[in-house]
Order: sequence, then structure tokens, then C-alpha cells
Amino acid sequence: MNDFPVLSILGLLPFAAAVVVAFLPHGRELLAKQIALVVSLVMLGLTVAMAISFEPNAAEPFQFVEKTPWIEKFGISYALGVDGIALVLIAMAVSLAPVVILAGWNDADDNERHRPQTYFALLLALLGTIVFVFAATDLFLFYVAFEVMLVPVYFLIGMFGRGQRTYAAVKFLLYSLFGGLLLLAALIGLYVVSVQELGTGTFDWTLLAGMPIDADTQKILFAGFFFAFAVKAPMVPVHTWLPDAAASATPATSTLLVGVLDKVATFAMLRLVIPIFPDASEWAAPFVVTLAVISIVYGALVAIGQTDMYRLIAYTSVSHFGFIILGIFAFTEIGGSGSVVYMVAHGLSTAALFLVAGFLVRRRGSSLIPSFGGVQRVAPLLAGFFLLAGLSSLAMPGLASFVGELTVLIGSYQRWPVAAGIAVIGIVLSSLYVLIMYQRVAQGPETENVKGMRDAVPREVVVFAPILALTLAVGIFPKPLFDVVNPAIERTFSFLQVAPVEPEVPATDGAMTEGGENS
Amino acid sequence: MMPRLVDEFTSPTFEYQLLAPMLIVFGGAIVGVLIEAFAPRGPRRRIQLALGLLTLVVAFVALLAVTRPDLGDVAAAGTVAIDGPAVFLQGAILILAFLSFLLFVERGVDSAGDAFTPSGATIPGSAAERELVAAGVSQTEVWPLALFSVGGMMLFVAANDLLTFFVALEVMSLPLYLLVGLARRRRLLSQEAALKYFLLGSFSSAFLLFGSAMLFGYSGSISFAGIYDSLSSGVGLDPLLLIGTGMVAIGLFFKVGAVPFHSWVPDVYQGAPTPVTAFMAAATKVAAFGAMLRIFYVALGDYEWNWRPMFWVVTILTIVVGSILAITQTDIKRMLAYSSVAQAGFILTGVTAASDAGLSSTMFYLAAYGFATIGAFALVMLVRDGTSEATHLSRWAGLGRRSPIIAGVLSLFLLSFAGIPLTSGFIGKFLVFEAAVDGGATPLVIVGAIFSAVAAFFYVRVIVLMYFSDPPDDAPAIALPGSATTLAVAVCAAGTLALGVVPGPVIDLAQEAAAFIR
Repeated sequence: MNDFPVLSILGLLPFAAAVVVAFLPHGRELLAKQIALVVSLVMLGLTVAMAISFEPNAAEPFQFVEKTPWIEKFGISYALGVDGIALVLIAMAVSLAPVVILAGWNDADDNERHRPQTYFALLLALLGTIVFVFAATDLFLFYVAFEVMLVPVYFLIGMFGRGQRTYAAVKFLLYSLFGGLLLLAALIGLYVVSVQELGTGTFDWTLLAGMPIDADTQKILFAGFFFAFAVKAPMVPVHTWLPDAAASATPATSTLLVGVLDKVATFAMLRLVIPIFPDASEWAAPFVVTLAVISIVYGALVAIGQTDMYRLIAYTSVSHFGFIILGIFAFTEIGGSGSVVYMVAHGLSTAALFLVAGFLVRRRGSSLIPSFGGVQRVAPLLAGFFLLAGLSSLAMPGLASFVGELTVLIGSYQRWPVAAGIAVIGIVLSSLYVLIMYQRVAQGPETENVKGMRDAVPREVVVFAPILALTLAVGIFPKPLFDVVNPAIERTFSFLQVAPVEPEVPATDGAMTEGGENS
Repeated sequence: MMPRLVDEFTSPTFEYQLLAPMLIVFGGAIVGVLIEAFAPRGPRRRIQLALGLLTLVVAFVALLAVTRPDLGDVAAAGTVAIDGPAVFLQGAILILAFLSFLLFVERGVDSAGDAFTPSGATIPGSAAERELVAAGVSQTEVWPLALFSVGGMMLFVAANDLLTFFVALEVMSLPLYLLVGLARRRRLLSQEAALKYFLLGSFSSAFLLFGSAMLFGYSGSISFAGIYDSLSSGVGLDPLLLIGTGMVAIGLFFKVGAVPFHSWVPDVYQGAPTPVTAFMAAATKVAAFGAMLRIFYVALGDYEWNWRPMFWVVTILTIVVGSILAITQTDIKRMLAYSSVAQAGFILTGVTAASDAGLSSTMFYLAAYGFATIGAFALVMLVRDGTSEATHLSRWAGLGRRSPIIAGVLSLFLLSFAGIPLTSGFIGKFLVFEAAVDGGATPLVIVGAIFSAVAAFFYVRVIVLMYFSDPPDDAPAIALPGSATTLAVAVCAAGTLALGVVPGPVIDLAQEAAAFIR
């Protein structure tokens, strides 16, 4: 299996399909959708096969490795490979792919400007870049995928979005490009350092990770990398593109954008920032943790005040990304693993929220919360979906987010007790924004607004069921996930100098031990 | 007995084989002039265009014959250097000129004929002009003029002493002044552009000439090697040397369109016939940067601590002013002109590195930029309002829906200018930034990175217009390009993609070529 270029196929197949789909003639819209769905299912099959043959405790950092020289003069190669973290995130992205395609089945049908063929071609191209960005073990290839990824999203928002789609698309692109170009400058700086340190310049992660870099240079390069990923994640105060993008994009696009794409940033913090700039990461950790906590609380507070469902979901994500980053910069294994699990959980819950909200908005023609009311009476199944999605987002025990949030808090409490304490406020607020939204949309007497609203159709049930199943599976039995992620997290944090924090357990005081037993 | 005033005269040697590419181009141009004089009007245009394209092809073949790994000779008694950079840049000029010439051929998009006025001498709107238009006359002098200009460019990048350097500059520029004024449509704008270009160009030539004289006064030598030698023996801060360096730089900054010597660029790019704009934007830029690299890396190679600060300032100004002014433009040709100013700033980032990496990255960027530029201007020719090009940006709204291929290809070129990966523009930016960081010019790279994002805004704005806006009710017509233009656009698009996806071979070529001889 290991000689079989499974990652290349996984990444290139959607691109090939995108080209085919884009050039399908008028009248073949259905074929375009079918091709997209079949390709996403094939990708899912490949990923499952990959996951089965993955060995979590292998000695080498990456598996399914492929490496071909690309631009030899600069030590750039087409190098792919996955560790546990990348595998889990690719699996999440690929599992959401068929769901998203089904959910967006009719998104482009009534768009008089652009064809469904274009829509599905862009979605497929986006999937391809997602695979590459998670699988790249060469930093240059990572950067290429990181930037190219913007192009399909930009067109998805601008061509197929609604409302202020142009503004949102341009804002998204410029924010991302700005961060990306600073990343490029830092990447070039890193390359020049590698020339000095290693003799020959390289972009190979395996050579760059742990490379000695003097402290000041590390801080500068760290700043370039971190800024790009903070914009992408997004963290307060560079988050303002996200609500606009999410409010304007189709739910399918938002799901991929918020649920999957933004994970690239948190993934890159684990994969690139900590192993390559360990000293600077420790140096900046208090600052990062502060921003993360601000994101958690601010995102949640602003979410409560939103009247647009899509914007609300976007702000909840700002809050949740704060948790993920808090977990990463706790530098504890449980916090790190927890943040990866939270990334998966957040992907699932965001997908559920955006897609179900999308079903509602499509029926009503508006995404404003006040334009609903009493949906439960007319469309009980749909309202039930909405409630479940919301519960998953507020981290109901038994659902995936709970596992992530709990482990992140345990992990971060060990190093940053105050920050973890404040972050708990975010959990309380999350039940507020979810339940208030649900109450206004679905509960109460049936209003004029929702009269005659159709309940969920079979396609929508098929969309929701797998997300729910995965959410429950991760929530009830997260062990396989932790088993895959833990070794990779251990390797990531092995680059750091910080001593692992043991939960403080005074030997004499037996009563205190109970608190530390959750892990 | 009379004293002998001169030593015995030895005739200079001419290495004809090394000079062949240039001699072929000049020869082709002279034959073109003869054809103007003697060929009947009927077949003249066909003969000229065949001769023009053939000359470039033969010159390119001759250039390939010159190429060898250990290249590095002087020719024509030391006045011309045929080394790696010279051959690389001459090759780039020939290819880019060939692509622009393909646009000169186009006569399908304008109902009246090609992009040039039947006679530049007639008064715009006069009866004489109408008569000539009705007779279907075309101004075939453009071909020999353009060939002379190409020959001048090839000599410019190879010039190895101050006199050849100046002569080459004039041979390159004078035909361009004429070509700029020959547009078929909006002739007054075109003539105004030509006059501006001529006046400011002469002014900058004067600067360059005066600077050359000072360099000669300092070093007592006109050859670049001689100037270099005198620098290594002389004291560093001689006023003659400083002022001479500055004035030569001003002349060259003018030619590449760097701020604050850029004010001619938008007017000339807008007024010139679009094929000529493409030719100028791509090939002239290669030639001017090639000459800049040679004089600053060869003649003033050990003097970099004195000229680099000036380059820092000009680079930052060029990137910042070019990017910001481009945002305010509403005419696509003017926007592309300001974009070319900003791009000149990015290229200067590579020049400022003052290293072999700076040389090779600059050469790569020039080639990459040339392809995308010619392609973009070729597409500008196709969107037309009635008889003339619809250059106002609002006219481009909704093009993505009406003509997906044109909009798609233009988007590719714009994304390349913006430096999005998998296009040549990204690799070019990566290379010049790398060279600059390596050469200790990190702040330039940070400014470059920030303003790349600013620049991306106006490139993206065109894409927004084409794809996200509705077309106007009286949408402009999309002309069907002839086979020559189609070929040029296809080659440019393929080049832009290929240099972005598999840049390795060309990077290798540029790096192998990156060795000046002194």
C-alpha cells in the first residue's frame, strides 16, 4: 500500500474531475452533480482505506510518503505524507465532501448568472487543494496549496453567494492574501536561514523542524507565520472577514470554508509553527493565549447579539477557534490532542449548523432570525435537526464537541489556569447563543412567516444523518481518534523545551486528586 | 623625419558568429526599408510581415547557435559582451518581440484593418486620411521600425562600453517614439503620447549621456571593464563618479518606468496602438533592465554600497506609488500601465540584491512578466465599442458570462500579476524576494509583500467586474481574434502556466546564464 501514491490520487482526482465538470455543456447539470458526488465518494473510500492501513505508532513522522523533486535549485519538492493529525483532518474534510455536495445540490440552479457546472467544479477544485494543504510536507508546496485554495473560495462566494457577495469575496481574498504574502516573506526568510544552517537551502519539513535558529530571527519569522494563520483561523482582531464571508456564501461553501479551510491555520500552528519555531512559540505563548481567550469570549458575546443565522454561526466559530488555539498553546499533550479532536468536532458541528440553517433559509428566503418562529410546529424534523446541530455546537456531553472542549480545558488548565478559567465563560455563553437562536427560530406558536414550510425532504435527511452519526461516534467513543492523534502531538511538542506539566497532586492531600482524574 | 602620430593601424576584429543574431535583425530591418521603397503597395504588407517574423525566427536560430555552456566573449573589439545574461535576455527579447509581432498582424478585430493608421503624416480626421482608409492602405513601415527597435534592444543588453550603450538606447527608442504615434483610432491621444514619450525620452537620454560622460571623466575609460578597474584602484566618493552614477541611473529608471520617473508610462501605454503597448511593456522592459543589470553589476559592481541606497529608495517608491495609483484607475490600459510600474518595483527588488541570485531572479521575472503582459494587452484589443477598444473598466462588467474564455484567460494573467501560486508571477516574486532577503534587503521584501496585497486589490477588481457584475445594456462587442492573435494569447497563457507549475528548467537556465563577463 505504501508505494501506491494514494495522497496524490486523493488530491489530483478532484482537480481532474473539476476540469471535466467545468466543460460539461449546457443541459448536463445533473451529470455534473453526479460526477461531483461520485468523486467525493471515491475520495471517501480512498481515505477510509488509508485510515485502516495507517499505523499510529510508526517510528517515522509521516506515512504514505511521496517525494519528487520539483524545483531542485531551491530544494523544493513535491512531497506528501500524513501524520495522525493530518490524516484525521483529511478524513474530516473528505467525509464532509459528499455531504456538502448533496446539501448544495440545488444551490446553483436558480442562479441566472452562472452554471451549476461551475459551482461543482469549484467545489471539487477546493477539495483538491484541501487535500494538498494537509498532506504537504514541503513548506513551499504547502504555501502553494494555501494560496491557491483562496481562488475557488473567492469565486464560490462572489459568483454563487447572496447579498453583499462581491464585498465579502474581495474582503476574504484581501485579508487572506495579506496574511499569505507576509507568510511568503517569512518563508523566504526561513529558506535563507536554512541555507546558512544546513548548507543547502530546503523547504523540507523533516529538515526544517528542530533546525537551530537564533532567537531573534525566530521571533521575526514566527510573527510572519503566526499572523497569516491568525488571519486564517480567524482570531480577534483579524476575524472580521469571516462573518461577512459566511453571511454571503452558500451554506455548502461556508461549511467548507469555516469547517475545513480555517482548520488549515490551526493545523499549521501544530505542524509548522511549533516544531520550526519552538523557542519563539514559547516566548509568544502568553500573548497568543490572551488573544485566544479574547476570541473565545468576544466571539461568543457578539454571537449572542446577531440577528443573522449565518453571521451568528460565524461568530460561534471565532469563539471555538479560540478554544482550539488555547489547546494548542497549552503545550500539553492532552491539550494538543484535545484541540485536534475539537477541530474535527467543530468541523462536524459547523457543518450541521450551516447546512441545516441553509435548509431553513432556502425555504424562507431570508437568513434573519426574526423572520422565523415556530418552525417546530410545521417542520418538526427540520427543527429537530437544528436543535441537534445547536447542541453539538454548545458541547452537549455525548456529542463530539464536548470531548474536544473538555480535553482542551483540562490541558490548558494545567499550564494557564486563569485563561482556562475565563474560557469557561465561553461555554456558558455558547448555550445562550444556541438556545436563544433555537427558541426564536423554532419554538413558540407557529407564525405567519413559516406557514406551509415543508419538513425535511429525503435528501436533507441523507445530508444530516452522516454528520449526526459521526458526531455521536466521536462523542461517545473518541478513543480511536486520540490513539491516532496522540503520537503526532507527542512528536510536535517534543520540539519544545518546556517541561511537561503534571497535574499538581499534593502527595499528602488525597482529597485533591479527584479533579485531575478526568483524563 | 616626421614623428608618427599613431601606431600602425590594426583593423578591429569582428566576431561575426557571435554578433549574427543582432546583424540578422538589423539586416532584416534594412531590407524592410528597401521593400518600402521598391515593392508595390499591393503585396507589400504580406512581404513585410513575413520578413519581420522570419527575421526574428532566423535570429533566434542564430542565437541558439551562439549558446554554449562556457559562454563569455567580447566581440567587436570589446564593445559588445556576449555572455550568459546577454544571450538569455536577447532570447527573451526575440521571443517576446515575436509574440508582439503576431499582434501587429491582427486585422480582424477592427473593421478597417490593423491597429495602425494608414499614414501617420495625415491630419487626424482629414479628407486625406479618409481617402487612405477607404483605399485600405496600411502603414507597413511599422515592421522595419519595430525590427530596428528589436535590434537596439538586443544591443542594449549586450553593450559593453558607454558609447555602444548609448547608441543602442537610441536605436531602441527612436523607432518606438514613432510607433507610439501610429494608432488608427484615437489618433490625437496617440500623437500626444508619442510627443510626450519623445520629449521625456530625449530628456532622459540626455541625463544618461551626461552621466556617461562623467563616468568617463572619472575613470578615463569608456569600457565597463575599464570603469570597474578604475573603481578598484581609485577613491570611492569622487563627485564625478557619484553624479555620473546617479545620472545614468535616472536615464535607466526612466526607461523601466520607475517612480519618480514614471509619469510618461500611463499616457504612453494608453495612447499607443495596443500591439505596440504590448511590445513596449514586455520587450523594452527586458532590454532596459538588462542594460541596468549590466552597468550596475559589471561597471559599478564593486561600488554597490554607494548605489544600493538609491535603489532602495526608488524600489520602495516604485512599488508603493505604482500600486496605490493603479487602484484609482478606471481605464484598463492605464491600470495595466500603473501595474507595470508596480511590477518594475518588484523587479528592482531583485536588482537591488546585487548578487548572482539577483541577476538570475530578475531575468526570470522579466521573462515571466513579458508573457503575461503581452497576453493581457492582446485581450484588451478584443473588447471593442464600435470601432475602438472599450478600455473603460465599467465596459468590462459581466464579461465572464458573455465570453468565458477571454475572461478566464485574462484572469489567469491578472492572477499571475498578483502573484498567486501556480502562475509565473508567483515564482518570479518568490525568486526576487529570495534574492533580496539573501542580499540583506529584507525590509524591501516586507514592503513588497504588503504592497503585493494592495496590488492584488486592483487586479482582483477586474476579475470582480468580469465575473460578479452584470454586463451593461449596451455591452461592448467581443471581436473574434485572428489566428495570429489567438496563437500569441495561447502561447502567453501556456507560458504563464508552465513557468508557474514547472519553472525548474527556466530557473536552471537563468542561473546558469547568470554570469557577467568583465
